[in-house]
Amino acid sequence: MKKVAIIGSGVIGAMIARELSRYELEVTVFEKESDVAMGATRANSAIVHAGFDAKEGSMKAKMNVAGSFMMEQVCSELGVKYVRNGSLVIGFNDEDRAELERLCARGKSNGVEGLRVIEKTELKALEPNISDNATCALHAPTGAIVCPYELCIASIGNAMDNGVKLILDFEVASIERTEKGFVLSSGDGRRAMADYVINAAGIYSDKIAKMTGDNSFEVHPRRGEYVLLDRECGSTVSHTIFRTPSKMGKGILVTPTVDGNLLTGPTSVDMEDKEDKSTTAQGLAKLMGEACENIEGGVAYGKTITSFCGLRAVGNTGDFIINEKAGFVNAAGIESPGLSSAPAIALYVRELLENAGLELISKKTFNPIREPKHRFREASIEEKNEIIARDPAYGRIICRCETISEGEILDAIRSNPPARDIDGVKRRTRAGMGRCQGGFCGPYVMELIAKERGIEFEKVTKAGGNSTMVIGKTK
Amino acid sequence: MLTKELVIIGGGPAGMSAAIAAYEDGIRDLLIIERDDSLGGILQQCIHNGFGLHRFGEELTGPEYAWRYEKRVRELNIPVMLSTMVLDITEDKVVTATNSSEGIFQIKAKAIILAMGCRERPKGALNIAGHRPSGIYSAGMAQKLVNMKGFMPGKNVVILGSGDIGLIMARRMTLEGAKVHAVCELMPYSGGLARNIEQCLNDFDIPLKLSHTVVNIHGKERLEGVTIAKVDERRRPVEGTEEFIACDTLLLSVGLIPENELTKSAGVTLDRVTGGALVDQNRQTEIEGIFSCGNVLHVHDLVDYVSEEAEIAGRGAAAYIRGELVPTKNTTIKTDGKIRYTVPERITSDGDVSVYFRVSDVFRDKKVTVRSGDTIIYQKKHLKLAPGEMECVKLTADKLRGANELVFGLED
Amino acid sequence: MADNTKTRELTCIVCPRGCNLTVKYEGKNVLSVEGNICPRGEKYAEDEVICPRRTVTSTVKTEDGGVVAVKTRETIEKEKMFECMEKINSVVASLPVKIGDVILSDVCGTDIIATQNRG
Repeated sequence: MKKVAIIGSGVIGAMIARELSRYELEVTVFEKESDVAMGATRANSAIVHAGFDAKEGSMKAKMNVAGSFMMEQVCSELGVKYVRNGSLVIGFNDEDRAELERLCARGKSNGVEGLRVIEKTELKALEPNISDNATCALHAPTGAIVCPYELCIASIGNAMDNGVKLILDFEVASIERTEKGFVLSSGDGRRAMADYVINAAGIYSDKIAKMTGDNSFEVHPRRGEYVLLDRECGSTVSHTIFRTPSKMGKGILVTPTVDGNLLTGPTSVDMEDKEDKSTTAQGLAKLMGEACENIEGGVAYGKTITSFCGLRAVGNTGDFIINEKAGFVNAAGIESPGLSSAPAIALYVRELLENAGLELISKKTFNPIREPKHRFREASIEEKNEIIARDPAYGRIICRCETISEGEILDAIRSNPPARDIDGVKRRTRAGMGRCQGGFCGPYVMELIAKERGIEFEKVTKAGGNSTMVIGKTK
Repeated sequence: MLTKELVIIGGGPAGMSAAIAAYEDGIRDLLIIERDDSLGGILQQCIHNGFGLHRFGEELTGPEYAWRYEKRVRELNIPVMLSTMVLDITEDKVVTATNSSEGIFQIKAKAIILAMGCRERPKGALNIAGHRPSGIYSAGMAQKLVNMKGFMPGKNVVILGSGDIGLIMARRMTLEGAKVHAVCELMPYSGGLARNIEQCLNDFDIPLKLSHTVVNIHGKERLEGVTIAKVDERRRPVEGTEEFIACDTLLLSVGLIPENELTKSAGVTLDRVTGGALVDQNRQTEIEGIFSCGNVLHVHDLVDYVSEEAEIAGRGAAAYIRGELVPTKNTTIKTDGKIRYTVPERITSDGDVSVYFRVSDVFRDKKVTVRSGDTIIYQKKHLKLAPGEMECVKLTADKLRGANELVFGLED
Repeated sequence: MADNTKTRELTCIVCPRGCNLTVKYEGKNVLSVEGNICPRGEKYAEDEVICPRRTVTSTVKTEDGGVVAVKTRETIEKEKMFECMEKINSVVASLPVKIGDVILSDVCGTDIIATQNRG
């Protein structure tokens, strides 16, 4: 069986892995972090863009519109929450209006359905809390929201259920081409063979490409800071609210999330350090100020739950860099609208491989369905009681703020891809994501991880590596 | 559906006191629902002393104080469901709860006492810039790790916020071998009790840096240090005052908020200042038959007062169940801003009433004044009043007669 | 006549009220205590200027690998807190433990007793 190596387990690597798990292949995903979804996938706007933003004819436009079209189906197969809440790009003056008309036309030519510029009265009817100063908006009914790491985890989980291997803590340090194929080596001396290699390494994809002699592009990180608010604020707006893009950039968006929180951001600062995911006081202040301009009476930042920063992988070509050469495929420079494009990119990469001579034989046992992990939370009382009767752990609430049971946490630790640390449990179950940010449930979650993984309590980490929670016993 | 005359949500000091008081007032068909696997609530991890002087005339530790009440609950055979989480309460007093043996079940109650306590303000609300490494804990989580689990979060500690739990943890971690480098407080005064500054910081030469905050967090995996800075009167960091402190642990003790999600689900109106329900002198909320007491009503600094307040709620609920709680008037209580809030916020029948309050800033040489219209019905001079310390005013029935609205204020 | 009277301002730690105390003393003789509203404050002030005392609370290891909360039955000399901690850290309590059980006797002039039921 042919061996395919995917470098990177962000949403792009994950969707590609799942696409390839349909076929009789030996697919292995190599991830340098201790969990999947640790790069840009972990911290972005969580938006499925309608597709009016990207330049006509670009890869971004093609992938975005196709991906956005596929997303609902993919999410339903993977049991991932998807809400088509529609988006509104709001304008404050005539200059904005002209830009909105231009975006509307561009969107239509990209193939986006239902686009319309609406006036203040209709805007206010759709979004009563929008700033009184907004005069018009571009309404895109196909815009949607999805949780990017939930999609990534579900996608790689489904791929693993269908036979894909995931190797964590494997940082690819060199790639050698031999007669027998590629040899991937990690910094610590582990090696792996592959007939085809897919580079989905996010902000490091230029570095990976260079290992094969491909110096055709550069990727730099762009900092995006976000502030997440309590679910109490989740109904501030129902649509995703963008500002009219200007020379100053796309501006700050305000959007509900699929879990009912309110998300605001991102800032946009080009960086050099690919590891610097720190937030800045200036950035946070700027983003909060700008977000408040969009909402009449401002955004209730007193109800902030957390602020965080993501690094977007910005290529130097102005477009996605997706190509294949002698069995090595780049899926690089996947900045916004990368999440929206992910399902389409996965299909496109499959085509590239096929064109490169990889024979694709459908796997009879392939199961596209992954049971929704939020199923328990959304079940009726009767259904929940049946589950609790079978497994009492579902009756024991561990995370009080988000009402997450021990059963759900154990499931996250036991199922593909297994949660190995506190943040991993948090991303999979929301335990610790609520108002107390893990203050109550943290020690319990640590105990469950220690017990399930058979490790000592003091070895449990927040997010792998040296991120220990305790340094040892008091006595 | 299961029915109960009285369901008490929470088996901490408030829930236990309320249950005992209601039982002693004749209520037998009652149930305490507790989410943890033992009674006592947060007191179980508060192993320091200083509890109970007011109630019992002796200095107890948290678990000892809790045990006094647990023993009584057991003696009276008051039914308790442990490891049971209440998921929802409705306006018509249907309680939905879950545990591993019963699954999800509902109880229709005649009266409910809310005694869920409070939680710590999360760090996110602070929006500190920098990375998000491990080593950052709420003081309460560190307390649980050290006192209940027996694990040390770290060796070199900075504490942000001078709330009492933070101060107590400064001493606890010092005694357990850690070095506490500083306690930073954003405000120009401490949020904790003076005695805790004395015995938890001064005893160990731990500096309390007032008007200081943490402006940056360093370290990508585990915390490696914090940058602190002075703040101006508007609480903004002053440039040039930054100081780096190497540490592996940052404890956040920036205050407590009543945990009122269930209260909201029942449709009870909350006081924007306390974060708890609006109540009358019986601690009855605006929904008849739903009572609230302890830290879920407003954050207390003394558990003794929690017990006292819970007894009021317990007796109130008993009277309500017997049909004896009939409002005869509606006197509202307002504050002048210098006094931040009062509990209760309204008085609905005749009798003596103790009104608890907190001030909004540090005041010296002020008279606590209660006015009914133009008449001063209470006045007392205080040398010092601080936001960290709850005060109490006892108003007698004769003074309250005929009052429509009371205004609590500080006067010269 | 030389006046050797010294004055110290203290915050009383006996109860959460935290009275501000003014103590006047000469050598080991306390002359006056002001600011206290109860007799315990006076006792505290006297001790504090002559030989400060504290209750120590901590945990001791239990035989099952966990911990149980303990305290000094009486206050001990403040200077001896870390000496007391060393003793506390050296012992392993066997289970079950009941509130009030003596875990270690004669430590800095008092006993270490359990403040929690365990086992």
